[in-house]
This record gives sequence, structure tokens and C-alpha cells, in this order.
Amino acid sequence: MNLVTEIGILVLAAFVGFEVISKVPNTLHTPLMSGTNAIHGIVLLGGLLVIGESSGFLSKLLLVIAIAFGTINVIGGFLVTDRMLGMFKRKPVVRADAEREAGS
Amino acid sequence: MVLATSFLQDNNFIDALYILAVILFILGLRGLSGPQSAVRGNKIAAVGMAIAVAATLLKKGVLPDGETLLLIVVGIAIGTAIGIPAALRVKMTQIPQMVALFNGVGGGAVALIAWAEYRRRFPGADGDWTLKAEIPSLFAAIIGSISFWGSNIAFAKLQEILPGKPIKLPGQQLLNLLLLVVAVGSAIALAAGVHSQALFVLGILVAAGVLGNMVVLPIGGADMPVVISLLNAFTGLSAAAAGIALDNFALIVAGTIVGASGSILTNLMAVAMNRSVPSIIAGGFGGGGELPAAAGGGDADRGPVRSTSAQDVAIQLSYARQVVVVPGYGMAVAQAQHAVRELSRALESKGVEVRFAIHPVAGRMPGHMNVLLAEADVPYDQLKEMDEINPEFGRTDVSLIIGANDVTNPAANNDPGSPIYGMPILEVNRSSSVIVLKRSMSSGFAGIDNPLFYDPKTAMLFGDARASVSAITSEVQSL
Repeated sequence: MNLVTEIGILVLAAFVGFEVISKVPNTLHTPLMSGTNAIHGIVLLGGLLVIGESSGFLSKLLLVIAIAFGTINVIGGFLVTDRMLGMFKRKPVVRADAEREAGS
Repeated sequence: MVLATSFLQDNNFIDALYILAVILFILGLRGLSGPQSAVRGNKIAAVGMAIAVAATLLKKGVLPDGETLLLIVVGIAIGTAIGIPAALRVKMTQIPQMVALFNGVGGGAVALIAWAEYRRRFPGADGDWTLKAEIPSLFAAIIGSISFWGSNIAFAKLQEILPGKPIKLPGQQLLNLLLLVVAVGSAIALAAGVHSQALFVLGILVAAGVLGNMVVLPIGGADMPVVISLLNAFTGLSAAAAGIALDNFALIVAGTIVGASGSILTNLMAVAMNRSVPSIIAGGFGGGGELPAAAGGGDADRGPVRSTSAQDVAIQLSYARQVVVVPGYGMAVAQAQHAVRELSRALESKGVEVRFAIHPVAGRMPGHMNVLLAEADVPYDQLKEMDEINPEFGRTDVSLIIGANDVTNPAANNDPGSPIYGMPILEVNRSSSVIVLKRSMSSGFAGIDNPLFYDPKTAMLFGDARASVSAITSEVQSL
């Protein structure tokens, strides 16, 4: 891909990010931070892409560590977010939402 | 079979999977906009990640031999073995530092990948590393390294391995500037054609790493959530830069979305504290010498502190019509959320209306209190946000403050000399009486004195929040 195309993708993605995130209520900011945190674990892909083409012990070691780090970021991030969200109990939530809808 | 394999390895097919993954990320994040859809949203995003990883492994050349496969499996296995127990064992009160740690390893991964890329491209120097790939790699190395070390310091501060108070060194601003100049200068030199791995490691990774340490060390614990959010955005941006370097669509989009969301969150939090992001980064609260002087103005009209007993508090609460509980980080530290839930149940059984007032930056992360109270089964509709609850304080009989401090400080409204003047607060001082549960008279995390404690209608109950709340609960039940 050429650079201009990629910058175009980047700019559009930034707008999507702003739009999607602006709608998140205050109460869910911690899970949100944790969830987006898991998503940037996508750097894991970088390690996967590069390791096959690299040679030499140090390079391979760096990349294995990078892959391990990326995996911690992804798996840990999604799991912690899931645990956190699981604590927002369902029943009262339904009631709160119904009230809000009735009120608006 | 051959046809199927070549189809699976087709770059268009892989890009299509990436597009699918990105759609799932966006849908997942959109799911986080409501507590009902949030659990599913997070799972959707996780599925997106699994698809992105699988697509990458299918790509031609990614798995050239068994050795590479083995190394990848080892890396993922180590990451899984560390990540799963860490995520399952962490206490809900420790979530902020866990997020800091996960964020840090992400940044570290970016920096290491950039280093490996440098080693792969340069020693041979066959000229196939275009500036278009090299410049984003250097950028990713700098930002990733800052994020890794900065997040580790944030973790250490929140975990109280390092003191939460700002750590100042003389000439720090100048040193930071110097480190930034060294990192950027090294990047420019490398991009201009200087071939030196030592320069890459020392000039970029080490200089940026020290910079990450130095920037976060002087920041007080109260500002740490803003810092984590900012570093989260940084890691996202560095992932996007790595995506440009590696021509990877999924990395660019996912990294940028995180960068954008992290920036928004950072800004929201800073606004909620009435602080600007640059002043936080410059090492604000408690950092400057002007703070004690500014806080000193209130000394003259300060009355005595009135302390009370669990029994008195129980009586006061039981005969109230409306009680508003204001939780803060003290509740989290004492693990008092379940005890608080017990107390609110006991009061409700006596016909008292109980509400929880949640300040946007209560605790050490926005939404931190909500998570803890949700963990203790407090119904979601009892949790009120600041704008919703502030008009209520006028007809509240008792405000019960549990381990919160700065978010209730009336100086923010009426003392222009206070460093937090202008910060929106929970206006507990408008309720008929105020009870503060606190470990001691020490100032809050921001290091600012709170005139609320000297208000004649305020009573203090000193001690561990959980013990105090349990004592009040049993007194309420025996009434």
C-alpha cells in the first residue's frame, strides 16, 4: 500500500474511534479503557509477521518476547474486561435502562 | 487441496479477514456503550482479534518453517501462561494497575518489534528498507518504549511499590527535553542513513525509556488514571505506526481507533478534574512549591474537627429519609464495597432511601467505583452520576463519605486560591449533615486540605473503612 492510502485509512479510523467512543457512558470508562487496551494488543500481529523473516538468535529472542508481550496484552486485556463487565448485574440494569427509555 | 491452500493464502482473502476483524472491533466497542451489551461487545472484539491472528498466520511467508512455528507457539504459550492467571487473579480494586501493566507490555512489544525490524533491515543494508517503512518504525520504537517504561512506573505507583507522591528531581523538565531531543535526533540520524545498532538501542530505546520513567515519576497518584489513559493512546498510535511500517491494514485501523479513544478518554478525565493534559504531564498536583501556600489561606476560619462513633452514625442514618453514599478510593483500598452494600440493605429495610453518588474521577479511574459497587451487587440504578445527584443534596439528610476526599472538597467551588478551584465536585456540603469515614486526617491523594472536615455539620469517624462500615451496619441492625 502506498503511504497516502495508509494515512487516509488512519484518518478515517481516527474518526470512527472518536465517534464510537464518544457514546460510551462515564460508568463504563474503566472497562472501555481496559477493552481498548486489549485491542492494541494487535501488535501481536507485527511479531508474527516479522519473526519468520528474521534471523539470528537476538532477533528471534526479541520477537518471541514481543509475541509473549502481545499475547499477555490481548488475553489479559479481554479477560479482565470480561470479568469487570460480568459484575454489572443484568436484572437491575434492565430496569435502569427501561426507566431511562421511559423518561426520554 | 492445492487450490484451497492458495486461496487461503491469497492476500485479498487475508485482507478480507482483516476487514471482518476490524468490523468486529468497532461493533464490540460500540457494544460498550451500554452495560447490557458490554459483555457481548467485549467478546465480539475478542473474536475479531482471534480472526486477525488466524489470518496473519495464514499469510504466505509467515510460517516458512517448523522452527518459526515453534517460536510462535512458545511466545503465545508464555503470554497465555502469564496473562490468564494475572487477569483471573487480580482484585477488582487493582484493576487500574493491571490495565497499566497490560498497556505497558503492549508498548514493549511494539518497541521490540521495531528493534527486530531494524536488525533485519540494516546489517545487510540491501536498501529495501524504504523511508516509508523506516520512519514509522523509529516513531513506533520511541513511543512504544516511552509507553512501556511509563506504564511500569504507573503500575509501581498504583501498586504502592513506589510512593504515590510526586518524585521530583532537580532540572527535570530540562532533562526530559534533552532526552526527547536525543531520541528524535537519533531517529533523524538513523533515517538519514547512519547505520548503527548502538545508536538505535541507546539513542532511541534507552533514551525514550528513561524519558518514559522521568515523565511519569513526578506525576502524583491522583493524576495516574489520566496518565494510563494517555499511555494507552500512545501504545495505540505506536501500533498504528508499526502497521504503516509493515503494510498491515489491521494494525493501522485497530491502533488508530485505540489512539483516538485513548485521547478522548484522557481529555474527558482531565476536564472532569479541571486540569489540562499538558499541566498534568508537567508534573502538576503536589509537584509545585505554591501548593501549601495556596491551601494556607483557609487556616484562619478553620474550626475544630468533630469525631463521632459508629453508634451515633447508625442512629443518624437510621432516622434519615435520604442518605447519599459517596465512595472513593478509600473504599476500594479497604475492600469495603461488600460491607457498604450490607449497610445500604440494612438501611433500606428501615425505609431509608439510599443513593450512591459517583464522581467522574472517584477512585483512580473513571468508572472504578461503578465496577466495585457492581461487584458487590449494588443495583445499577442506585448509582447516580454527578450531574444527576448534585441537585439532590439539598434535600439529603445525611451524606456518608467513604474514603473520598478531593471530589467533595468545597474549596473547588468557593476558594479561588485552591489548586482545584473550578473542578466540579459532589456538593455534599449542601446536605443537612455529613459523615466522613477516613483513616486519618491526612490530606487526600492530591495533597490538598479539605475544609469540609472542619465544617460544623461534619462528623468524622476514623478507622479502616470496612471495619467502620461493618460496625455501623451491626449498630443499625440492632436498633
